[in-house]
Amino acid sequence: MANRRQFIKLSFMGAGAVALSSGAYGALNFLSSPEEVKKLKVDLKRTPTYCEVCFWKCAGWVYKTSEGQIWKIIGNDEDQHCNGRLCPRGTGGVGMYYDEERLKTPLIRTSDRGKQIFREASWDEALGYVAEKMKSISSKYGPESIALFTHGSGSTYFTTLLKAFGSSIIAEPSYAQCRGPRDEAFMATFGEEVYSPEITDIRDTKCLVLIGSHIGENMHNGQIQEMSDAIDKGVSIITVDPRFSTAAGKSKYWLPIKPSTDLALLLAWMHEIIYNNYYDKKYVEQYCSGLDKLKEHVKDFTPEWAYGITTIKPDLIRKTAKEMANAAPAVIVHPGRHVTWYGDDTQRERAIAILNALLGSWGRRGGFYRPAKFDLPTYKIPVFPEPKKSWTDAFPGRYPLASSPVSNAIIDATIPDNKPGFEVKGWIVNGTNIISSIPNQANTLKAIQNLELLVAIDTMPMEITGWADVILPECTYLERYDMLRVSPHRKPAIALRMPAAEPKNNTRSAYNIARGLALKMGLEKYFPFEKQEELLDWQLKQVDSSLEEMQRIGMKTRERDADDLYFGEDEKVSFSTDSGKIELYSKYFEQAGFDPLPKYLPHEEPPEGFYRLIYGRAPMHTFGRTANNPNLTDLMKENALWVNPKVSKEWDLQNGQYIWLKNQDGVISDFPIRVRITERIRWDSIYMVHGFGHGQKGMKRCFGKGASDSQLMTKVLTDPIMGGTGMRGNFVTFVTKKAESEVAS
Amino acid sequence: MRYAMAVDTKKCVGCSDCVVACQTENNVPIGFCRDWVVEVMNGTYPQLEIEIRSERCNHCVNAPCVRCCPTGASHFAEGGIVLVEKNKCIGCGACIASCPYDARYPHPNGYVDKCTFCIHRIKTGMEPACAAVCPTKCIYFGDLDDPNSKVSSVLKKRKYKTLIQEAGTKPQLYFLI
Repeated sequence: MANRRQFIKLSFMGAGAVALSSGAYGALNFLSSPEEVKKLKVDLKRTPTYCEVCFWKCAGWVYKTSEGQIWKIIGNDEDQHCNGRLCPRGTGGVGMYYDEERLKTPLIRTSDRGKQIFREASWDEALGYVAEKMKSISSKYGPESIALFTHGSGSTYFTTLLKAFGSSIIAEPSYAQCRGPRDEAFMATFGEEVYSPEITDIRDTKCLVLIGSHIGENMHNGQIQEMSDAIDKGVSIITVDPRFSTAAGKSKYWLPIKPSTDLALLLAWMHEIIYNNYYDKKYVEQYCSGLDKLKEHVKDFTPEWAYGITTIKPDLIRKTAKEMANAAPAVIVHPGRHVTWYGDDTQRERAIAILNALLGSWGRRGGFYRPAKFDLPTYKIPVFPEPKKSWTDAFPGRYPLASSPVSNAIIDATIPDNKPGFEVKGWIVNGTNIISSIPNQANTLKAIQNLELLVAIDTMPMEITGWADVILPECTYLERYDMLRVSPHRKPAIALRMPAAEPKNNTRSAYNIARGLALKMGLEKYFPFEKQEELLDWQLKQVDSSLEEMQRIGMKTRERDADDLYFGEDEKVSFSTDSGKIELYSKYFEQAGFDPLPKYLPHEEPPEGFYRLIYGRAPMHTFGRTANNPNLTDLMKENALWVNPKVSKEWDLQNGQYIWLKNQDGVISDFPIRVRITERIRWDSIYMVHGFGHGQKGMKRCFGKGASDSQLMTKVLTDPIMGGTGMRGNFVTFVTKKAESEVAS
Repeated sequence: MRYAMAVDTKKCVGCSDCVVACQTENNVPIGFCRDWVVEVMNGTYPQLEIEIRSERCNHCVNAPCVRCCPTGASHFAEGGIVLVEKNKCIGCGACIASCPYDARYPHPNGYVDKCTFCIHRIKTGMEPACAAVCPTKCIYFGDLDDPNSKVSSVLKKRKYKTLIQEAGTKPQLYFLI
């Protein structure tokens, strides 16, 4: 390959880096006898944190042994995100700290007699190197030529850094690869997003409708807890999924839909609800606009019409529409979270939003509640320089309704052939393995070839670090402060994260890394506090608390200012839409040139011998980032390929057999995946859990374990409204023998 | 006093939080576990049903592991909890062979290990780690002799079953169905 830049498997790092790892793993088993455990309990120390293994950010306590070693993490009873119960990933968060294969020290890519490798560097050198490069790129191409991809708690600091530097080219894959379509659709309909944690009042719902959302396998802690409470209270769950998910197993109705046809079902439900007068007339009259147009629009979308498309029997469509109406307004047609599937996702989410409006569930008990956020002043830093370019200048007019920067557009803008409005020459990537989290890997790698600087900031040697020029090792959430958690919920609350241990090896917190870079570039005025705890203490003192108090109590929950969790009887509500109403018919979409009412459009079907690639989550892993966590890998080491028995018979596949997958573009998975023959998946699809098939030898526990769904997503169905990357238009077939030349080493 | 546990199969989502919480609480070495999750699926697409169970030692009233232990390491503690006294255990594995539930494992340090119902926690009034962590609150623990305990209350209200009844061990792990 004549690449300027080659991927480096981090196991080939210098000997020094390897030596550092010895002995760390043993710490996991430092105790074994009950006597020792008992002895420990005498002198337990606990420090507050909130979890960073996923985005739910549950508050908890880190317990340490009398020797000061991290022992276990337990949920904070007061926390509305977790109610004292962490999920398996939160409980297994200790493994993130103890993982002996963490990134340990800054690394700089170097050339050694034609071979590109990494060498260890001091923080001073590594930060200086990055700062110099950023400045020289900026002087050549402008500050907007440096882009940031970020996820998680580090986002705040690196965003501040970039903005101070003069660039606003900052994207989070959680938008265009995940929940963007949902947020745009709900904004267009209700003038409000559904937040994180979602404002779904599952606790008090009587009917929960899940469209491809597999709560229980996606471990969104509070939602699972509330679903369980609702089961105790007799909730009826309706699950729409081509796969018999865990949630389907708990459902009164499971609708085994043909993949990619959900919109037809949603339209038929609207038809039933409107034409049978099941909808909440008072609510719709008072709060909504556009019913007449909607009614006309769905006139022909009968259950019989939808049957031909979805394969769901008309009777079942009618029964479930009635079920929802009977429960209304205590009904939730769940918006889901990862919803970038088929490229018309914003419209599908619009249909979900409209259904909720018809049922009157928005703002009602058992539907969607009104969130409340803790009012926390922020420290005033100097005004950022006015950025000369916005991400939208890369391709003017593309994705006109995207309210957040689209990560894939920034990748496209890094490729000069695409003739972007400005050049992107440097990437800073923090806390997201964009090789795996953004589909079309070939495109991402092509973009990387055009970079003059790629900085990866992570805790683990993820694939993206192998492409980096500089790797800055971040410490885990258990070893640092971060900004206070202020996510809205039923009651306003804040939660503190503080270090339970010193940063391991030569790692640093994201705050310190960002501040370190700022100092090197003369931007220290944007990071006025040398220590983050000083900033936190200042902030807490503005709300009659202090760092000292929060270190003791972990979190603070306040009562709401008013009794307004739900809309009051006949309350006048002004929605933040153009009309001030809930817009069943979206003039906003119409003006932008999009369908004002959602339409069903057929999607491509798998060719003969191919099956639709459907992927999802496992409760013990978060994306691909936990794949090497010793505790979590112990619960699930690899993903399996779910195959319907009819299909396995046709292909003579055996349970437990390892095979490779080949997609419609001829891409073969690097690693084989174990076949699981099960009735739980439709015959036209296969299913696998996302986040496996890692190719980094530096992560021994997960290297080559299972297959990567991301690798097979070469076809992207982009949502023209907001740029979401639909990933469910890929089809795969089975390769039982792989030629030796093709087998990944 | 008769300690018992009930697991609600209607609520369990099989997330394995009980497994990792037990491992960290009790310092179970990676690669071993005292509790685990079983999924049983029946039917043909799309007529399917699934039962998910968090399983562990059944703390049997008539425990074959206690009976067959040559050294007396396996014994009944208060409330009928079956324990292994590791200093007396010679790691012969007779108990592992005798257990119909496969609830015991050989600890790398040379003794046999298993679920203790977190006796160190319940003595201080806490629940076993698995019950305390479960996000679906599907694990009920308590004293069957106390009619108001969580486990007694739920067994009064709900249909339940035990596993491998034919072994005649009188298991004390109940599954709500």
